[in-house]
Amino acid sequence: MLSRVADSLYWTNRYLERAEHTARLIDINMGLMLDRSRVSAERRWQRVLAAVGAMHGPGWQEERDGSGEPGRWMGVTALVHALCFDTTKHASITACIFAARENARQIRDEISTEQWQRLNGLFHEISRLRTASPSERNLAEFLPTIIDGVHLFQGVTDTTLSHGEGWQVLRVGRYLERAWSLTMLLDLYEREVFPGEDSDDAGEYLEWVGLLRICTAFEAFCRVHTADLTHERILEFLLLDPNFPHSVRYAVDALHNALEAIQQHTRTQRGGELMRVAGRLKATLGFAQIGEIVARDPVRYLRGILDQCREIHDLIYAVYIQYSVETALAV
Amino acid sequence: MTTTPVRGVHEHALLREYFMDDAFDEMFDGDGAIRPHYAALFHELTTLPAEEIRRRKQSADASFLMQGITFTVYGREEGTERIFPYDLIPRLVTGEEWERIERGLTQRITALNLFLHDVYNDGKILAQGVVPREVVYSCAQFRRQMRGLRVPRNVYVAIAGTDLLRLESGEFVALEDNLRVPSGVSYMLTNRRIMKRTLPSLFRDYGVRPIDHYPQALLATLRSLAPEGRPEPTVVVLTPGVYNSAYFEHTWLARQMGVELVEGRDLVIHDNIVYMRTTAGLKRVDVIYRRVDDDFIDPVAFRGDSILGAAGLFNAYRAGNVTLANAFGTGVADDKALYAYVPAIIRYYLGEEPILNNVETYLLTDPRQRAHVKDNLEKLVVKAVGESGGYGMLVGPQSSAAEREEFKRRIEADPRNYIAQPTLSFSRAPCLLEDGSIGPRHVDLRPYILFGDKVTIVPGGLTRVALRQGSLVVNSSQGGGSKDTWVLGS
Repeated sequence: MLSRVADSLYWTNRYLERAEHTARLIDINMGLMLDRSRVSAERRWQRVLAAVGAMHGPGWQEERDGSGEPGRWMGVTALVHALCFDTTKHASITACIFAARENARQIRDEISTEQWQRLNGLFHEISRLRTASPSERNLAEFLPTIIDGVHLFQGVTDTTLSHGEGWQVLRVGRYLERAWSLTMLLDLYEREVFPGEDSDDAGEYLEWVGLLRICTAFEAFCRVHTADLTHERILEFLLLDPNFPHSVRYAVDALHNALEAIQQHTRTQRGGELMRVAGRLKATLGFAQIGEIVARDPVRYLRGILDQCREIHDLIYAVYIQYSVETALAV
Repeated sequence: MTTTPVRGVHEHALLREYFMDDAFDEMFDGDGAIRPHYAALFHELTTLPAEEIRRRKQSADASFLMQGITFTVYGREEGTERIFPYDLIPRLVTGEEWERIERGLTQRITALNLFLHDVYNDGKILAQGVVPREVVYSCAQFRRQMRGLRVPRNVYVAIAGTDLLRLESGEFVALEDNLRVPSGVSYMLTNRRIMKRTLPSLFRDYGVRPIDHYPQALLATLRSLAPEGRPEPTVVVLTPGVYNSAYFEHTWLARQMGVELVEGRDLVIHDNIVYMRTTAGLKRVDVIYRRVDDDFIDPVAFRGDSILGAAGLFNAYRAGNVTLANAFGTGVADDKALYAYVPAIIRYYLGEEPILNNVETYLLTDPRQRAHVKDNLEKLVVKAVGESGGYGMLVGPQSSAAEREEFKRRIEADPRNYIAQPTLSFSRAPCLLEDGSIGPRHVDLRPYILFGDKVTIVPGGLTRVALRQGSLVVNSSQGGGSKDTWVLGS
C-alpha cells in the first residue's frame, strides 16, 4: 500500500487508542476524587497529566496575568474540561478524536464505509457535545461516548475490513499506543503510588483498584488472584500477563504479530532491524520474571520498554513510510 | 428565448405544466404528438401510480446517498454531504442518432489529436494560415515545453468529453470540447446502475446499450499508451486530493479499474523515472491518468507554489519514461477561441466535411465582431475561453444591465479571453418535478471518448439538466443535475 496510507491508518488508531485510554483515566480519577484520600486533587491530576505525557506541555496551569509564566493551578474542573474538550491541547480527548477522523478522511476509500460512518458519527457526536456551554457539558455522557465509540469502531474494523495489510497496520498503531500508554501508567505508579504504601490502608487500596480499572483489568485480575491486591501481583498482571488484552506483554505480542504480517505482505528486505527490536522486546517480556524486575529497578525496566517502543516507532517510519530514495533503490 | 406557453401539450394530469416552446422537445414533436421511441416511457410514467413513483425516487435517493455520490461546489463548507442532483426520467437517443454522433466524435477527436501533434511540432496548419498563429500562441494553455516532445502513438488527448446540444431542427451540434481533465463519467456510470434498479422492465424492453465497460475500456486505453518497453505497465490515477470537488470520481475510477489512487506527494522521481512510495518500497509508475491541471502538476516545470504535483515529473515525461493522459498542453485545442476553427481543422487533416457542426461563434479579437457583440449582449452568451464549469459566463437574456456593462468592460480589456455565441434554445427533456408532475427542462449531452490504440465511445454519456425552470445553465457546479442517457438498441 502507499506509504502515506499506512501512515494515516497508523495514526488513526494511535489517536483512537489514546482517546479511549485518556477517557478511562479521567473517569476513574473523577471517581477516586470522591473518596477521602491523602492525595490532594492537584497532585492527583498532575499525575494524570504525567500519565498522558502532558506534564511539561504548555499551558496546563493558568498564566499569571497573561505574562506567559505559569501561574497558579487551574483547578480540577478547568483541567478536566481542557483534557476532554480543548482542541488546542494535543493530549485532549477531543483533539485525538478530531485527529483520528482527519487521518481517516484522507484515506477514506481505504477503509470500509462502516468504519468511516462510525468514526465520522463519533466526530459529529463529540462536536455536538462540545458546543454546549462549559457548565452544561456532561462528562457522564461524554466519557462513555468516547469509550463506546472507539470500541464500536474497532469492532466494525474487525468485521468489515479485510484482514490484510491495512488491517495489520491499524493493529500496529493500536497496540504500540497501548504498550506505550500502559507502560507510562505503570511507570507513574511505580514512582508515585506504590512506594511506601500499604494495601491495608483503604485509601491506598482504592488507588490500586483504580489502576486496575483504568486498564479494565479489575475483574480479570481477581479471577486470577482474588481481590487480595499486592503491588507485585498488580505489576505482574499489567506488565506480563499473556492473555489479558490490556497488559504490556499482550500488546507487545500483538504488535509483533502485526509487524510480522506486514513484513510478509510487503516482502520488504529492509525490515531486519525493526523485527529484531520488536522480537527482542517480545522475548524480554515473554521470559521476564516479576521477582527479578521488582528486586532490581522496576522504573528503569519500564523506562527501557518506553525506549524500545520509541525505537520501534522510528524504525516503522524508516522501513515503511519515510525511507530515503537511495536506500529503497539500493535493495 | 422566452418560454411562451402555447398550450399544455398533453391532456394527462401529470403534464399539466408541460408547455411547448421553440426549443426542440425530446419527447414531443412539433404537433404535440409523442415521438415513437418515447411511447413506452410515456406509458410507464403515466400508468405507474404516483405513490410508486415516489417510492422509487426515495429508493434511488437512498442509493445515491449510501454510495456517497456527492459533489462539492467551491465555496460550500465541507462536512455537509450533498447528493449530486439527478432526475429519474431517462433521456432517450435512438440508435441512428447515436451512430451519427459516434462518427462525428471520432472524426473530431482524430482531427484534434493531429492538430496538437502539428502545433507542437512543425506547425504546418499555422504556416498555411488555416488557423491564425495568434490564436494558438496567445493561448495561455499552449505549452512551449511540449515542442518536439514525443508522446506514445502521438495521442495527446486520450480522454475527451465533448458537449453536444440539440438545436431546434433536432440536429446535434458540438458546443465545446473538453480535452484537459473532463469529468462526470462516474456520475454517468452510477446513474445507470441506479436507473437499472428504478425502471428495470422498461430498461430491458428498450434494449438499452450497455455502458458498464467504461472502466475496463479506460484501463485498456491507458495501458495502450504505455512507454515502450513496458509490457506490463503500472497505471495510476493522480488526484489533487480530498479537497477537490471531483474527488469522488477519482477514487471511484481508481477502484473500478483496480489501480492505485495517488497524490503528488506519493510520487518520487529519480533519474527521470517516476515511482510511487509504498510500504513495499518504490514502485515504478508507467501511465498516469492525471486529474491535476497542467499548472499544478510539477513545481519545477510549472507553478512553483503548487503542492499538488511532483517535482521532476515533466522531466520524466520528456525522457519518455512515463505517459500522461491527457498530455500537457491539450488546453490549446479546447480553448473556446480555437473552437471556431475546428471545422477547418477537420477539413485540413482529414479532407472531410465535419459530421458534427459547430455553433456559430464570434471571435472578439476581430473589431467588427466585437462591436456587434457589444451591441447585442442581451441576446448572446459570452464565455471566457479557458474556463469551464459555467464560470466566467454571461447569459445575455437573463443578465442585468450591470452585468452586461461589466462584461463589456472585460471584453474591451482582454478580447482574446472571450468569445460570444447566440443564445441557443437547446432541447428540453421531460423531468420529474417536486410536485410529482412532469415538466420540460433544458438538457445537453456529454459523451466520453477514449482514444488509445483505438477509439472507444460508450453509448450515451452524461445528460446534464438545467434543473431550474427556464435555466440554460447545466453545469453541476451551478445548480445543474444529470439524467441517465439511454441509447436504444434498434
